[in-house]
This record gives sequence, structure tokens and C-alpha cells, in this order.
Amino acid sequence: MPPFPFVPRGGPDARHHGRCGASICQNPIRLPALAPPPLGAARRTTAREARALTTLPPSAPTLTPDQLEPLGRLAGSLDRDQAIWLSGYFAGLAGTGTASPATVGTPADGAATNGATADGALVAPPAPAGPAARQLTVLFGTDTGNAKELAGELQTAAKGVGIEATVADLSSYKPRALKDEQDVLVVMATHGEGDPPPNAVGFFEFLAGRKAPKLDGVRFSVLALGDSTYEHYCSAGRIVDERFAELGAERIADRVDCDVDYEDDAAAWIADVVGRLTPEAASATPAGAAAPSAGATATASSTAHSKKHPFAAPVLENVALTGRGSTKETRHVELSLEDSGLTFEPGDALGVVPENDPALVDTLLERLSLSPDTEVTTKQGPAPLREALTRTFEITAATPRFLEQWAELSGSSELQALKDGDAKARTAFFYEHHVLDFVDRFPVAGIEAGQFVKGLRPLQPRLYSIASSLAAAPDEAHLTVSTVQYDLHESGRTGVASGHLARLLHEDATVPVYVQSNEHFRLPAEDDVPIIMVGAGTGVAPYRAFMQEREARGAQGRSWLVFGERNFRTDFLYQVEWQQLLKDGTLTKLDPVFSRDSVPGAASAPKTYVQHRLREKGAEVWDWLQDGARIYVCGDANAMAPDVHTALAEIAVEHGGLDREAAHEHLNELQRDHRYLLDVY
Amino acid sequence: MATTNPNTTTVEIDRSRDLSQPLEKLAPEERMKFESDYLAGSITTDLIDEITLAVDENNNKLMKFHGIYQQDDRDIRDERRQQKLEPFFTFMLRGRLPGGVCTPEQWLKMDELGRTYGNEQFRLTTRQTFQFHYLNRNALRQVMLGLRDVGLDGKAACGDVARTVMSGVHPGLSKLHKQVFEQAQRTSDHVIHKTSAYEEIWFGEKPAEPRGASEEPFYGKQYMPRKFKIGFAVPPSNDIDIYSQDLGFVAVASRGKLKGFNVVIGGGMGRADRAPETYPRLGDVIGYVDVDQLEPVLDAVMGVQRDFGDRVTRAHARFKYTIDDKGLDVIKAEIERRLGFALAPAKKFTFDSNGDQLGWTTGDDGLEHCTVFIESGRIINKGDRRLLDGLKAVAETGTCVFRLTPNQSVILSDIAPADRPQVEALLAEHGIDSEPKKGLSALRLNSMACVAMPTCGLAMAEAERYLPVLITKIEGLLETHGLMDDPITIRMTGCPNGCARPYIAEIALTGRAPGKYNLYLGAGFHGERLNKMVRENVGEDVILEVLDETLGAYAKDRNAGERFGDFVVRAGFVAEVKEGRHFND
Repeated sequence: MPPFPFVPRGGPDARHHGRCGASICQNPIRLPALAPPPLGAARRTTAREARALTTLPPSAPTLTPDQLEPLGRLAGSLDRDQAIWLSGYFAGLAGTGTASPATVGTPADGAATNGATADGALVAPPAPAGPAARQLTVLFGTDTGNAKELAGELQTAAKGVGIEATVADLSSYKPRALKDEQDVLVVMATHGEGDPPPNAVGFFEFLAGRKAPKLDGVRFSVLALGDSTYEHYCSAGRIVDERFAELGAERIADRVDCDVDYEDDAAAWIADVVGRLTPEAASATPAGAAAPSAGATATASSTAHSKKHPFAAPVLENVALTGRGSTKETRHVELSLEDSGLTFEPGDALGVVPENDPALVDTLLERLSLSPDTEVTTKQGPAPLREALTRTFEITAATPRFLEQWAELSGSSELQALKDGDAKARTAFFYEHHVLDFVDRFPVAGIEAGQFVKGLRPLQPRLYSIASSLAAAPDEAHLTVSTVQYDLHESGRTGVASGHLARLLHEDATVPVYVQSNEHFRLPAEDDVPIIMVGAGTGVAPYRAFMQEREARGAQGRSWLVFGERNFRTDFLYQVEWQQLLKDGTLTKLDPVFSRDSVPGAASAPKTYVQHRLREKGAEVWDWLQDGARIYVCGDANAMAPDVHTALAEIAVEHGGLDREAAHEHLNELQRDHRYLLDVY
Repeated sequence: MATTNPNTTTVEIDRSRDLSQPLEKLAPEERMKFESDYLAGSITTDLIDEITLAVDENNNKLMKFHGIYQQDDRDIRDERRQQKLEPFFTFMLRGRLPGGVCTPEQWLKMDELGRTYGNEQFRLTTRQTFQFHYLNRNALRQVMLGLRDVGLDGKAACGDVARTVMSGVHPGLSKLHKQVFEQAQRTSDHVIHKTSAYEEIWFGEKPAEPRGASEEPFYGKQYMPRKFKIGFAVPPSNDIDIYSQDLGFVAVASRGKLKGFNVVIGGGMGRADRAPETYPRLGDVIGYVDVDQLEPVLDAVMGVQRDFGDRVTRAHARFKYTIDDKGLDVIKAEIERRLGFALAPAKKFTFDSNGDQLGWTTGDDGLEHCTVFIESGRIINKGDRRLLDGLKAVAETGTCVFRLTPNQSVILSDIAPADRPQVEALLAEHGIDSEPKKGLSALRLNSMACVAMPTCGLAMAEAERYLPVLITKIEGLLETHGLMDDPITIRMTGCPNGCARPYIAEIALTGRAPGKYNLYLGAGFHGERLNKMVRENVGEDVILEVLDETLGAYAKDRNAGERFGDFVVRAGFVAEVKEGRHFND
């Protein structure tokens, strides 16, 4: 039986969870995301950087001062979407070799007029005659939706220069079609410990296997999303990049690896690749057909709440779900979305913009002997240091950039060696050393506030699967949040977002949120389709939303929840709700599995997890699947999801009479058919 | 137990609410029992239900017949509701231990089970048996198996059957005690229900054939209308409170040899607040029988209650109401009809106390007995007083038999004089006083409380956790009035049901709401007269105020040797209750 594709074994330990919580939310969806440009990455001009320039970078040597001056002013006034659009625009100009743009449409808002010609009309790419257009396909592998969003932006940018791109979700893309592609741009998130995101698992298998075709004549580029605090940073994107080249495809542009603050780097890559595609592609697009939508997007985002404009949601309820004596704390947080205009579907996630623990901020200020009032520069402008450390910067997990900077400031040879050493050692070191531990162990005398924050990456929102349905709780979003707490170097550490949420107990508490849609984890549209829901810990959250939704809809389809936690008494999350749902028939079957329960006096039994229960009830699982059931898996990506995958494959062998190969293929097929859905982190 | 045929009765008795009626006309519990397949229900299935650690309502009721009560930690009930977790369900399991006599081996098993499954403790009850609290449902079978290992079971600790049979423990009359204890054991074995469901559920032993009428020749499918309590007293001690039993036997001996019993029927404590049709009642002495007629008497008396007891209203189903409804004469006549002979006139007997004689006593057999006071019966290591460890150490010596007293204490009995120093040393080593500790009031040593909060589902107020605190405050009054060494009985329960037999205590408190109690005064010191409520639903201030006044008057105005309960009646603080049905007047 082939193992769960691309998932290294070994499983997480408590430390890992702690570590994970420090940098990223533990639930539900791991963030690919942001940060400084990776070390050694080529400097790329971004819209935001351009804004700060009075002169354009030396990489624009062919412009005259007369050209440079207005361009510099223009660049300084652009927002990101405009910059992306304009990149396409200029690329379009380059493609036709003419400087007389056609006129299309009317700008949607004032900002967009920055790109307008003197007569007030917005310029659009020209439509020259030329050779037959190459076909552009944008593939994305996403978990949290960022890669999907970027794929959309890429499509828009391409459209801006007259290239109609096909955007495909890798879960539904037929990989055999690869060999017939011409230009392929891949936006690829990395998941867990260097794994592909769930929607791309089948694609990766195909690529790695012997069936992978020669890709001669195919051009490509990869945008990789990741989190630099992980050892296998951006490795899914790297694998695709290397494999495409191995198969004979030609790189249009070098791969760009983005950290959790990916926006600027991603925008630059988009501008770059679109520019490179244009000379041949633009000719196919009729003039005026490609009305830019960037301006419209900008308008929408300024009125609606989004990641950039989160909604300050009042906290309605915030209680521990775990009973006293539990080995962990999991909280139930109810947020009001009233008047926010935010809506979501069961399966979606809520982005939560956290603040750092004020105690940690104080500790850092004290250890660094810095005044809380010192003004520092942030992307949002100048701010007092305490404010910046509270709201703007990530101050728990250290990053390679921080290591690099701190090595220099402290002059520590240990840090120098780490900086130049291998990634594995660095990751191990980051496990043991947060920003605070760098400060403690490698003191830098007289450091200035500006110096300190320069090494920090922006504080990122965290995503949590929404645990409620609007049908059951209108204008509310419920979250199931495991409070990450652990000790490191004899001091207590808390997860950034989970800790923040756990502190939101005062009456007027609010927290900035936005909705992150998750197309890959939806209830079947047909209410009579049976569903099997497998979840461990906070992975049960979306199933609460599913059940609320199905109850409200009066859905007749059978449902089966397999839920895993540590102890029955204290950790049976939403126990009385499941009992009630069972009683009224909304939930057909419930199999709770507790790994740490034991009968006193009895011999200790091996720990049981959800995959064991699935195997025990394999015949039934197989029957349900034969009846068309969808199976959902939500929770831990490192151990649970692969173990469940293995169990399902074994069930296909034992009860479906398939051989190992066929069983595996069967599961891939289920995934492609959206009948085997993952939301793991 | 022999079957009797109630249909041949010659006495005209109203049968409109009893076993003769179809199930539709009876309380739902009657159908539940009838359809339970002799108490099997679906307990076996519920024991492995993974969704909850509770059992369903019917099985909960049926499990009482097996000695088990479902409870939950009421201290955190609200908290868990907010956490969307079910209540913290645990189970209380009460053993059957006729006469409270327990071998060292059995004591060690209780110790082991309590340590392993019962939160490192167990409890001695007011009916001379032991009970485990805090049991996880998943541990019930283990505990049942453990009991079986030492010849014990959980049958009839609760439920509509004859409960574990009590027997006075009088340590000074050891020879007679032994004879009476044997009768108590014989009685318990005779009246116990026989269903094979017990072995099937707890030991996984499948019955050879489907359960049928031969399963319960005496009880039948509907068992008793309510619980039925039987006890044996050894005068002059009324430690078992003979007048609180449904059926009591007062030992009559001649020159140290047990001859027979005076038969007492119709006692019972339970009542409900604001329900004047419910009341405690003291038993009536109806005659005398010889020892060899014990079993026919059991069959006749229990048979009358089985057949005529009220099965429509459970709050009116105890034997005491059957007697008051039908008339004592009618019931006695029916008993005699079933016996086929008239009871002999009762022999004369006197009681002097219903408390325990604490400390060391030498029995008439020359053996030593040490009665150890155990507050509220809780066997637990607490601070320097390590009862659990200390009594385990004593049991391990194998030098004594344990006798659980009806006042929740324990007698280390039948100790050869030569072994006494060893036992004394072990007690001292574990901080256990073998003689009443100086400074403890005689009132404290005559105190009793039920469990109540947090485990008992019926409790409306604290009892076991609060009574010691209240007594400390009362001791202040006793000091003031110079009454520290005067034995006065005081009992507290968390609800009006009466597990600690409050209505025959000179001072009694039954819970109404957190911090609020009914206060009763005036019962007879040895349980011969009911008390009467003097304040309803009051807090500690009022309780102490009333006690200050009455204790002060008692200290000043009592006659020589006069008991507090007698005094408050004579002095007019309360009216005398002559019959249970006038308790609420």
C-alpha cells in the first residue's frame, strides 16, 4: 500500500503542536502566508516598494528622466491591485510595440483614474494582430484559499493584457492534460510538513509517478507559498518547479517563494510572469475585450469586509468546552457578524486578526530596555513601539530573516553557523527559540527599536473553521479554539491567536475577522447524500456547522461522525449537542474515540484513534461509500489524516476486494470526485 | 420464600390500588418492572454506550435493584452545562452486608475497590453497609466482580425489594449478638430477590433458559410496591432504630440464648415537604414469635405489603401507609391469617439508647471490641486522621472482625486480649482515636448525616459536609450551658426522605434549599418518639437561636436524668407526636 502521498511519517509531538501554535493557528487550516523575501531571493520590485521610491530602481535603465519622473509619481500612488493591473497593461504595450493604447470603459473609482489618460478614459492593452495565442492555464494548490485568490488575481492581470487564462483547481484538474498545455502558471501552497495541500495530493502523485508525461514545449513558472518557520518551507512549490523542469518544461520565470506575508512578493511575481507572457499572447485578444477588474475589486474591498478590511466582531460568548481536569483547553467562541455583511457557508473558515499577548510585549520591552513610546515604522505607518509589537509584528516565532539579523547584531558565532547551516537544524532551533529566547540568550546591548522590528515579520491572521451555520445561528460565527499553552525554557508560552481569543472575556470585547471561503470542504448540495465526518479535536468544528445546516434544511441524508479526543469526561467537545442531534435523527451515527481513557485497575490498552474505529467498522464504512457517501476528514495533518487515509485504503482492500494499488487509486478517484474531502492542518 | 395466595383472604380489604389492578391503572414504575425481564432491562447495552457515561431513565431505576444509583457531581453541574458537556455522571454502589458484619478479607476488598475505583474512599451507611461513590460506569463490573470475590453482592441495596437486613451490634453482649446476626443473615438470604439478571449483567453469565415465573417465586414480576426495610434489635440498645423499620424484630433472650422476637411493623422515615399526606411513622409492636417461625413471619408480613401496598402513588406505597390505610388490626389479622396462627403477646423489653458505645468494651465472651467513631461514615485519609490506611492496617493483621454500626461507625470486634495492644498501636499510628477524643461533645458523637451534596441527586442542601461545621457552632452553646458531656442525638439530611433517620433524633435538620433547613426537636433519645418541626426553612442563625434557647432551658430546668428530647416536650417547646399521621398537624 503506498503511504499517504507526500506526508512524512513521524507524527507531531506536543512540542510540535506548541511550536505550531506559536507561529500559526492550530486550527483549522494552516496558513500559508507571509514574510520577508526569502534569503537569497532576487530582489523584486513591488508596488509597495515602488511607492516609497523617488527614483525608479536601476533595473529600469532605458527610461529617460522625463519618463521616470511621472512614472515614479504614479508608482507611488498605486495600490497593489492597480499595480498588478498596470503591470499587465505595460506588458501589453511591450507586446505590441506600440505606445498608443486603446480606450476602454470608465474607471470604477477615483483611485483607478490614476491610470487614466488625460481625457479621462482608462487605457487598456492594445489588440495587435499576430501569431496564434498560446493557451494559458493557471493551476492552484490551496488549503486556506490564498493560492486560489492569487490564481484569480493572476487571471485578472492576464486578462488585463488580453490573455484569457483558464484557472483550474488541482483537485479537479486532469493531470494527463498537462502535456497538452502551453503555458502553465502554478500557485502552490505548502501544507503541514512540506506536503502538498489536500486539493493537490492527486496531482502530486501523478507528477511523481511514471505516468508523468514529457512536458517539452510547455512553459511554466511557480509561485510557492509557505511559512518560513517550517523546515520544509515552500517545498510543495519547489517540488512542482523541479519536476516540471525535469519533465522538460521551460521556465518562464524563476520560482518565487513567499512567506506568510506573501502579498507583495506574489504581486511582483504576477507582474513579472504576465509581462513575460505578453509578447506572444496579447495578439489574440481583441481590443477592448479585457476590461480591467482591478479597480472594481478595489472598490468592493473598500466597502465589504475582507482580509484587508476585517470586521470588528463582538464576542458574544467565550467559554471553555473542556471540563475541569482536562489535559487541554478548548474554547467555544461565539462572534456576532451582525451588520457586517459577512456571510459564509458551512465548511468556510473565519480569519481572525490577533493581537500579541500584552505580557509578552511587556517582557520584550523590558528585556530590550526599549521605551514603549518610541516610534517605529510599520507598513501602516509610524506607530509607538508597544502598539506595533502588539498589533503589527509577529513576536513569538522567529524566522530565518530574524535569525540572520540577530546573528549580525549579536555577533554570535552560534547564530552565524545556524544561519549558514542546513534548514533542518534551523527549524529545530526555531522550535526551541522564539524571538524572546533570542533576546534572552543572545543579548544585543543598546539595540534600537527600529532595528529590532526590522527583523520581525508582520503579524498574520489565523484561520479557524467556522463551527456554526448561519441557518441555525444567523449573524453569528462560532469558533472552536484550542488554547495553545506550553512551557519553553521554563516560561509559559501561549499561541498568538488562540491566546488572544482566550483573553477576550470582557464584556465589550471585539476581534477583527473576515470570511475565508473554503470550496474544498462543502456539504453535498443534495441533502440525501450520506456523509461520514471524521475529525479529531477541534477538527470537529465544521461538522457542527454541517449538522446545524442539515438540521435547518431538514436534510434526510444519513450522517456519521467519528470523533477523536483524549478523554471522554473532559474533552467530548459539544457532547450534549451531538446527543441531541442523535436523538432527533439529524445525526445518524456517532463514534467517539478517546485515546487517553482507561479503566482504573485494568491493564492499559493501546491508544485508540479515529482510524482504528474506522477500521473496526470497515464493512460499514465501505457500505456507506458504496451508497455514495462523502467522507470528510478534518484535523491534524501530520498523523491523523495519513493514518485515516491508510485505514480507508485498507478498508477498500478488505471490504471492497480491491488490491492495494486499486484501493489507492479508488481513494484518489474519490478525492477527484469531491467525495473524499480534507480540511487538515 | 414460599408463595402465598392473596385471593383467599377473608378480610375485606380495598384492592383498588394494589397488585390486583391492571398495569394501566398503576404507576409507570410498575409497568417498567413488569416489562424489565426480571430487572434485566437493557442495562447491558447501556453499560457500553459510548455517547454517554449515564444510563437511560428506565435502566437507572432498574440498576437500583442491583445496588446502584446514578448520580452526578452537582457542584459542577452548571459549569458542565455551559461547557456543553453532559453532567459528570458517576455511580454509587451499595453492597449487601447483613448485620454489618464484615471479615478482614472483605474489609480489605472494600478498601481495594474504594481506592481503585471510588476516589480513594468508601462510606459506611446508616444501614450498616458500605457504599462506593464516584464510580465510573465503566468500573461497575469490576466492582461487582470484586465483591463476588469475597462473597458479597450489591443486591437489594436499593430498589423495590427488601433491603440489606440490619442487626444491632451491641459489643457487650457478644454471645447474643452472634445468634441474632445469624438470623439477620438468614433473613437477608431468604428475602433477597433471585433474578439471574444480576449474574448476566455483571458477570456475563447467560442464563440457561429464558427467565420465567420460577425466577422470582415470591416477588413476581412487579416486586414490592416500594423498598422494604428489615432490622433486628438487641435490647437495651436500639441502635438500629427498630421503630423506623418496615419490619423489626426485637431479640428476646433467656440466659444468653435467643428465644424469639417481638415483631414491630410499619416504621418508616420518608416524607415530602409541603405534602401533609406523607409523614414519618414509628413501627407498632404486634406480638411475639419464636425463632423458628422467622421465615413464615417474613413471608406473611412482606406478602401482605406486596399484595396490598399502594402501587398507584409511589409516595404512598410504603408499608406504613398500607397499615394506616387499612388499619393496624386488619393488617395484623391478615398476617395471622397467612401465618395460620395468632401471634403471641409481645414480651417486655426496654431500650436505653440508639447511639453507639464508643471506645473499648470487653464482651461477655471475654473478647475485646473497640468502637471507632467515624464522622458521617466516611472512610478516607484526611490530614492526620488516616482512617483508610489505618483500618486497612488493622484488617491486615487479621485479628478482628469488623462490625458496621447503624450510626456509621465501625467496631473492631472479637479481638483476643493479647492482640489488643497491636490494634491500639496501629490506630494510634494512623491518628485514629480508639477512645472518644477529649473535647468532642457527646452531641457530636451522637450525630449522623446523609451524603447529600455533591453526589446525591435528591439533596436540596448540604448534610455530610456541613453538619460537622454546624456542630462546632452548637458546641459553643453547649460549652456555655455546660452540656458538653450530655448525649443528645442530632441528625441532618439533605432532603426530607430520611436516610439518616432524622425524625427520631432529638435535634434534626432536613434540607430545603442551600443553607436552609427545617428544624425538628423532641424525639425520644432511643428512637421511641418522633420529633416535630419547630421552624420551617430557616438558616443557621435561626437554628442556633432556637437551640440556644432550648438548650439553655434544658440545662437550667431539666429533671434528673431527663433527656433533651423529653425535656422540650415536657417544657412545651414542642407538642408531643404520638402517631406518625399527626406529625404534620
